[in-house]
Amino acid sequence: MAQQTIPAAVGTHRSAPTDGSGRPVRPRRTLRPRTVVVAAVAWLIAAVFLLPYLQMVITALRPASELRDATYLPDHFAWSNFVDVWRESNLGSNLRVTLLVAGGSTLLVLLVAIPAAYYTARVKYRGRKVFLLLVLVTQMFQPTSLLVGLYREFYQLGMLNSVWTLVLCNAAFNLAFAIWILTAYFSAIPVQLEEAAMIDGLGRGGALLRVTLPLAMPGVVTAVIFTFIAAWNEFVMGLTLSTVPESQPLTVGINSFIGNYTVQWNYLFAASVIAIVPVVVLFAFIERHVVSGLTAGSVK
Amino acid sequence: MSSNVTSGGRRPPRSGRSGGRRSGLGRLGPLPWIGPAVLLIVVVVLWPVYEMVRTSFLKISVSGFVRGWAGLDKYRQLFDEPDLGSVVTATVVWTVGVVALTMVISLGLAQLFDQRFPGRRLTRWALIAPWAASVLMTAIGFKWMLDRTAGVLNTVMTDLGVVDSPKDWLGDPSTAWPWMMFVAVFVSLPFTTYTLLAGLQTVPGEVYEAARVDGAGVWQTYRRITLPLLRPAFLVGVVINLINVFNSFPVIWGMTRGGPDSDTATTTVFMYQLKSSDIGESAAMSVVNFALVVVMVAAFLKVSRWNQEEA
Repeated sequence: MAQQTIPAAVGTHRSAPTDGSGRPVRPRRTLRPRTVVVAAVAWLIAAVFLLPYLQMVITALRPASELRDATYLPDHFAWSNFVDVWRESNLGSNLRVTLLVAGGSTLLVLLVAIPAAYYTARVKYRGRKVFLLLVLVTQMFQPTSLLVGLYREFYQLGMLNSVWTLVLCNAAFNLAFAIWILTAYFSAIPVQLEEAAMIDGLGRGGALLRVTLPLAMPGVVTAVIFTFIAAWNEFVMGLTLSTVPESQPLTVGINSFIGNYTVQWNYLFAASVIAIVPVVVLFAFIERHVVSGLTAGSVK
Repeated sequence: MSSNVTSGGRRPPRSGRSGGRRSGLGRLGPLPWIGPAVLLIVVVVLWPVYEMVRTSFLKISVSGFVRGWAGLDKYRQLFDEPDLGSVVTATVVWTVGVVALTMVISLGLAQLFDQRFPGRRLTRWALIAPWAASVLMTAIGFKWMLDRTAGVLNTVMTDLGVVDSPKDWLGDPSTAWPWMMFVAVFVSLPFTTYTLLAGLQTVPGEVYEAARVDGAGVWQTYRRITLPLLRPAFLVGVVINLINVFNSFPVIWGMTRGGPDSDTATTTVFMYQLKSSDIGESAAMSVVNFALVVVMVAAFLKVSRWNQEEA
């Protein structure tokens, strides 16, 4: 089944009009009552999913004097909150750390997962089963459950408070999912295509780079999105492995607005809004790939 | 003919699959291909597992110095914790409850968002919001919305007459748990719904047409055709959610920090609470924690007969 979806995802998403899921749109002239009900319910649910985040934006815009008023909207909107929070906190350096960690770990995952997934999909080597089991077990280890071990390891290595430690850790814990998705994608691409390329003089590496990889692009995009967003939003490892503000990612920086006695809610949410914008923009561009990418993964 | 044979021998790729064996990379075997992945997993995942287990048998001072072996003392200390029983019970209820609710609601959502209607793309995009935002941020957002004096949810519920006066929802474990479970379900829905949506797309349209021709009703079609075909995606959703929800730290940490005391803690949060007082006992909790995940996932896979039908 995955074999059917991949050519569709590769071939049609630029040429034919689609509705965001790879299926061609059928023109429909009149709206049936059932469609109206479905649309109404769907729009309502969409609103429920967005309201908490809208509330964060409203809070981010509340002036300090109106912060604790039990009103739905403040009388004045304090746009200056965004400027203030940027100027008075470590947000700039937090953002830099998060960008480095998310970008770096995504790149590392791709470099490591693509060859492993490709080889596993194509060759029946000795130890293949052991490798797949290792990947499955990794999926079951969450960083949260390994915090003490991670802390002790990087404490002994003298690598606490380093951006590179966070890059390594985020890459490792997202590796399993990337290998899993990519193996499914590579398996679905007909081996004959590569054989033809190899007859034309390309080695296995060349065939992978020039033939298979372009065809597996939706899978690669899915792996990129999952890794990037997981690393962007990662909190627990950042909290444990980085104890000084200069090496803390955004999530940890935002958490530090919650003091022992007071919480600067308006600044906290102004910072949160700044942190969420890049991800929302990214998601807006790639929504269709999420479905087509997961399609191949779940059929595996 | 004869030239064909010799050239075939010189050019390895002719025989396809077996050809790779003779090329430069092929001679090294799988090492250059899977080596880096194995290395990364060993260094960042397996080494901490070893460290964690070792730490659970060590005496370590608060400042991090090893003061010799502790044997099973840390485990004994852990099992003597008066809160442990209630924390483990809470963890099981939390995990099963959140995963079950997530799966049921996601099935409905996936079915709904698989229909064709105006604005489908935009509404699906909205559905992703809790996934794009960090879980911690969502949890803190709900903590603020449940604030006693200024929380908008309190304002709404007071205005609608659901409650007489604003309540301190998160201060009392009996109301904090349901709200935290609500948030945990809320943040689990996007991934699960998308996994099921992807599963629905693999069901060929002809199957539904055949069912309609045979006169099957809507519910019958769903139960007999859609659900069985959704099975692989559904199992993936359950397993990933079991692991994630069991280990879910940011929801509880963001909303109550496990407090008052450990009244709203799961084993994962309890482990973090122990970390500041005794790292060895915390490590022992981690080991027990991991054993619990393995048992839970294994039990589910056995019940669902994953291997027989999926492999």
